Amino acid sequence: MKPPAFEYLAPVSLEAAVAALSNEDAKVLAGGQSLVPMMNFRLLAPSLLVDISRIPDLAYITEDGDGLRIGAMTRHHAVEMSDVVRQRFPVLHAAMAHVAHLAIRNRGTIGGSLCHGDPAAEWPGLVLLLNAQLKTTKRTIPAGDFYHGALATDLADDEILIEIQFPGLAPGTGWGFEEMARRSGDFALAAVAATICLSDDRATEVRIVVIGAHATPLRLTAAEGLLTDHVSIGAAADAAMQEISPDSDLHASADYRRHLVGVLTKRALAAAWKRAA
Amino acid sequence: MRYLEAGKRHTVRFTLNGRAVEGDAEPRLLLSDFLRQTLGAFGTHVGCEHGSCGACTIQMDGKAVRSCLLYAVQVEGKALTTVENLATPDGLNELQAAMQKHHGLQCGFCTPGILMSLTQLREEEPNADEARIRDVLSGHICRCTGYDGIVKAALDVFGDVFGKN
Ligand SMILES: Cc1cc2nc3c(=O)[nH]c(=O)nc-3n(C[C@H](O)[C@H](O)[C@H](O)COP(=O)(O)OP(=O)(O)OC[C@H]3O[C@@H](n4cnc5c(N)ncnc54)[C@H](O)[C@@H]3O)c2cc1C
Ligand code: FES
Ligand code: FES
Repeated sequence: MKPPAFEYLAPVSLEAAVAALSNEDAKVLAGGQSLVPMMNFRLLAPSLLVDISRIPDLAYITEDGDGLRIGAMTRHHAVEMSDVVRQRFPVLHAAMAHVAHLAIRNRGTIGGSLCHGDPAAEWPGLVLLLNAQLKTTKRTIPAGDFYHGALATDLADDEILIEIQFPGLAPGTGWGFEEMARRSGDFALAAVAATICLSDDRATEVRIVVIGAHATPLRLTAAEGLLTDHVSIGAAADAAMQEISPDSDLHASADYRRHLVGVLTKRALAAAWKRAA
Repeated sequence: MRYLEAGKRHTVRFTLNGRAVEGDAEPRLLLSDFLRQTLGAFGTHVGCEHGSCGACTIQMDGKAVRSCLLYAVQVEGKALTTVENLATPDGLNELQAAMQKHHGLQCGFCTPGILMSLTQLREEEPNADEARIRDVLSGHICRCTGYDGIVKAALDVFGDVFGKN
């Protein structure tokens, strides 16, 4: 349970960090809440760790029109405690309670969670739900294009995620976030997040994202379409179960995950509908 | 820009419980091991070394953190506090005394970490209710108590009046 040897560098500018990442086997160290356990288990053995926590101005939550811009080094707990997040994106606030435990939320960063890309983690699904843009040292990537597979992102080896941009939600958008985990704070067996806009009691815009039941976070477009076509929540939940390809593992079988996605989709949509104005 | 070579020891300086300390560490040395083996501060316990059990929880700059998920070299210049900092010159602090009163510990392996997390919660949410306290305790594995004594102890010092006995 001890990590292998590595060189350590703590640059104070993004330019220096990017330059250091051109070394073979170099890796960014952000909060270390995924990287350090993996190194302790010796699943990873980078030769150089580039600690980006001493680079100034990477942790912030800033209002941008109706939306928000959040720095990649912002800790989960800072998001959990932020008033402006609670007002504008209550779904983010609610989801933070499901991300690990207090001591891990104090250290873990949004950027680290997104770049690690665990399909059962909350942030990758949340950025997809909220149609966020991910700004890096090279370009800006729409959330929908960020993941290639489990733990696989579109980032180059020497590219650093610096900011996540959340466009404002339409007034009256309702939201739901439903997760099932074995123990409080564990990664999700499955989770479903949804937003709904209503007009004359009819759904005009629906987004549904599933977490933990597919190789990447996934938008359930068929289920979304059934709601905007005024079919029932039950039918949307049935469609959701067909859109995913869950895996079996130690914690749950694929069948059980599929069943959960049906139940959680129903609950998330019902909650979102109720909250929509 | 600080660059530290692999396999060599480098001096690390920070404050521990208000006192300036220093010691030598290879980059790969975990903070939990540095505290116990280099500095001889044994109050912080080590269980799983992957962030799950909570035994190694300390505070850095006022926030609870897992010392097994930090390298000692990362805490250069930071202010750390450990369970050794909680007691006052007059004896146990309120939370510690409540833990004793309500049998919130048996073997005591989990206790230092639990105290460090509850200390942050009390500062940030002095009126946290039982559900919130249990949520925070879920980040700590206790194999002895069944948690009830710990919850009672916390409710005794947090604002909730209903849980008091
Ligand atoms: C016991 C335990 C339970 C957990 N439970 C959950 C949970 O339920 N849900 C959940 O979502 N997470 C959970 N986590 C993980 C936690 O949320 C981590 O904080 C997060 O996954 C990684 O963030 P980090 O800042 O610690 O990144 P690090 O561990 O430092 O890095 C993770 C990866 O991302 C790369 N990276 C980091 N930042 C950047 C950047 N800005 N640009 C480019 N690459 C970067 C690193 O090189 C590394 O490959 C848990 C962790 C533990 C230890
Ligand atoms: S030893 Fe650090 S959490 Fe278990
Ligand atoms: S008192 Fe023994 S593990 Fe908690």
